[in-house]
Amino acid sequence: MVQETATQRLSRLLTMVPWLMNRQGVDIVEAARELGVSQEQIVDDLQLLFVCGTPGHYPDDLIEASWEGGRVHIGNAEEIARPLRLGRDEALALIVALRALTTTPGVGAQDAIERALAKLEKAAGEAGSAAAAQVSVSLEVGEVEHQRLEQIREALAGPRRLHLRHYNPTRDETTERDVDPMRVLSLEGRWYLEGWCHRVEDVRLFRLDRIEELDLLDQDGTPPPQARPRERGGSAFQSGPGDVLVELELAPSAAWVAENFPMESVERREDGSLRVTLLATDVAWVRRLVWRLGGAATVLAPHELAEEVRSGAAQALESYRVD
Amino acid sequence: MARPSSAALKTERLLNLVIALLYTRQPMSKSRLRTAVPQYAESSDEAFDRMFERDKDELRDLGIPLRTEVIDPLFDDETGYRIDRREYALPEISFEPDELAVVGVASRAWSQASLAGPAAQALRKLEASGLARDSESVAGVEPLLHTKEPAFDATRDAVLARREVTFDYRRGAAGKVTERHVQPWALTSWHGRWYLTGHDLDREAPRVFRLDRVESTVRASGRSGAYQVPADHDPRAMITSSTRDGEGATTARVALRPGTGHQIRRRGQLLEERGPHNWDVIELRAGSLWPVIEEVSGLGPDAIALTPPELVTGVRQSLEAVLTGRRGPNLPKKAQTPVRTSPKMEGA
Repeated sequence: MVQETATQRLSRLLTMVPWLMNRQGVDIVEAARELGVSQEQIVDDLQLLFVCGTPGHYPDDLIEASWEGGRVHIGNAEEIARPLRLGRDEALALIVALRALTTTPGVGAQDAIERALAKLEKAAGEAGSAAAAQVSVSLEVGEVEHQRLEQIREALAGPRRLHLRHYNPTRDETTERDVDPMRVLSLEGRWYLEGWCHRVEDVRLFRLDRIEELDLLDQDGTPPPQARPRERGGSAFQSGPGDVLVELELAPSAAWVAENFPMESVERREDGSLRVTLLATDVAWVRRLVWRLGGAATVLAPHELAEEVRSGAAQALESYRVD
Repeated sequence: MARPSSAALKTERLLNLVIALLYTRQPMSKSRLRTAVPQYAESSDEAFDRMFERDKDELRDLGIPLRTEVIDPLFDDETGYRIDRREYALPEISFEPDELAVVGVASRAWSQASLAGPAAQALRKLEASGLARDSESVAGVEPLLHTKEPAFDATRDAVLARREVTFDYRRGAAGKVTERHVQPWALTSWHGRWYLTGHDLDREAPRVFRLDRVESTVRASGRSGAYQVPADHDPRAMITSSTRDGEGATTARVALRPGTGHQIRRRGQLLEERGPHNWDVIELRAGSLWPVIEEVSGLGPDAIALTPPELVTGVRQSLEAVLTGRRGPNLPKKAQTPVRTSPKMEGA
């Protein structure tokens, strides 16, 4: 975490005090988790609080703060017992995301979303709501994804196991799997099902628009205890230990590749060409990419991959030979 | 106990100031505030003046409504300070557990984005009253919004303040970088990308900009509220029309090795199963041949272009260029992206 400034800390304390005052005796471990800080930080904060108070600063004027036996108590802080009203970005973040949810089919609780939005817009005041009108997120989905979202929601509610036929463009193959659904998430504008796949006995992501068939089975769909959602940096691409580091030379016309896939490094030259490195889970994908780019991309490393690309192109050209 | 750091001392000072200003009913004069906040009392006159001016600004930047008022109407030259409690506090709005649950989903949606901090803070403020979330009602659905474009924060500020901006913009993936001057109207995420819509001051026309193609910092200039956003501005309509695919119809035929080329198979029609050399023949219609050339080339030795001749030539040239490392003469100037249609930004 980046070092918090004095004003950022003040802002956090003004939120933390009312939160704790309404949960007197809360366990410090739970408080740390819910407030998103370490236990040491909470102790530090409490030590700061009890030297603050109303003018005079006699013992009776100071905030009472204690964490005896790991239970947190705060008292004598009437002035700051209510949180500061929502700031511009705070209101913006919640309202924009909630509005996006209202247009997303398959998200249940539409009624709760509408009610929450109405209350938030009131709390944010006119300026806050107006700001949120200028920033918007569209999480719209296609017809197929819509239907899949509804089905998966039903399966999650069960929970029931899913049987699906899924197309994998990297391998250019379709597979059938039984999956215990864990959650549905949208990443960079695409929707994915995350679940425990019984075929590979591991957690997998399936892009909804690539699920060709989906059935709810009459079987319990509770994922096994070892199934843990993966932490993701907002990207569906995740590198693993078996990944291959690939180095490509991209002509200016292929520069979009660097924009569309996660790169390890990008070096842009004067003439607009790029030298990039990326981690590929499956080099078959890189082969296809280079073939389709028709000379605008060249594999610099690894050597074996460059050779595969060359021989594949040569083999394909054989078909066009006039005998 | 270790000596508190200077940052901790400053937080302590600011907190004491906030409490004093909330505590008082009458505006407090500067001299009274000096005795009310221990660190002010310990400072020299000059240091106190400097500190107090800065502290006021920083509290206002946090959104704390610090008022400057005349202390006594009879002696109207002395001003004082206070914070109105009702103005300061989040209005008493009680959220139902299922409402807090959806607000939780909304807040977590930004967890990977630059608004993550404000989103989490906002949720804690709303939950401060002690209510617990009922997460059951929304279990399992998690949209994640990202703001990985470096230009996001500055652009958002400019959009909200309605201030003109200047930035270097790359037109198209391989295009030239030019400096642009824009009156920002709206910031919209569409299909996972952020777009700025606004009035282009050089072209004197509305334009769409992809934030990931902004190559410099975004510099705002001029005053806030310098222009009006058209009342009928529909950012989504503008973005979709700027990124729409050309429509048309060409019929192409491709032979595929059995079990390969699923993407083409799904889009086209199977004409012949296990035809010549035991390959399948697929016919498909496409708006433009270039995406088909790319797709067939991408399948390498698993696909053969059959008709039209332009498709065959295109694929051959593409594959030959892979071998020679040089681009064929007839390839398009601009490649299409395989995962999404490449938005045609202004004029491109």
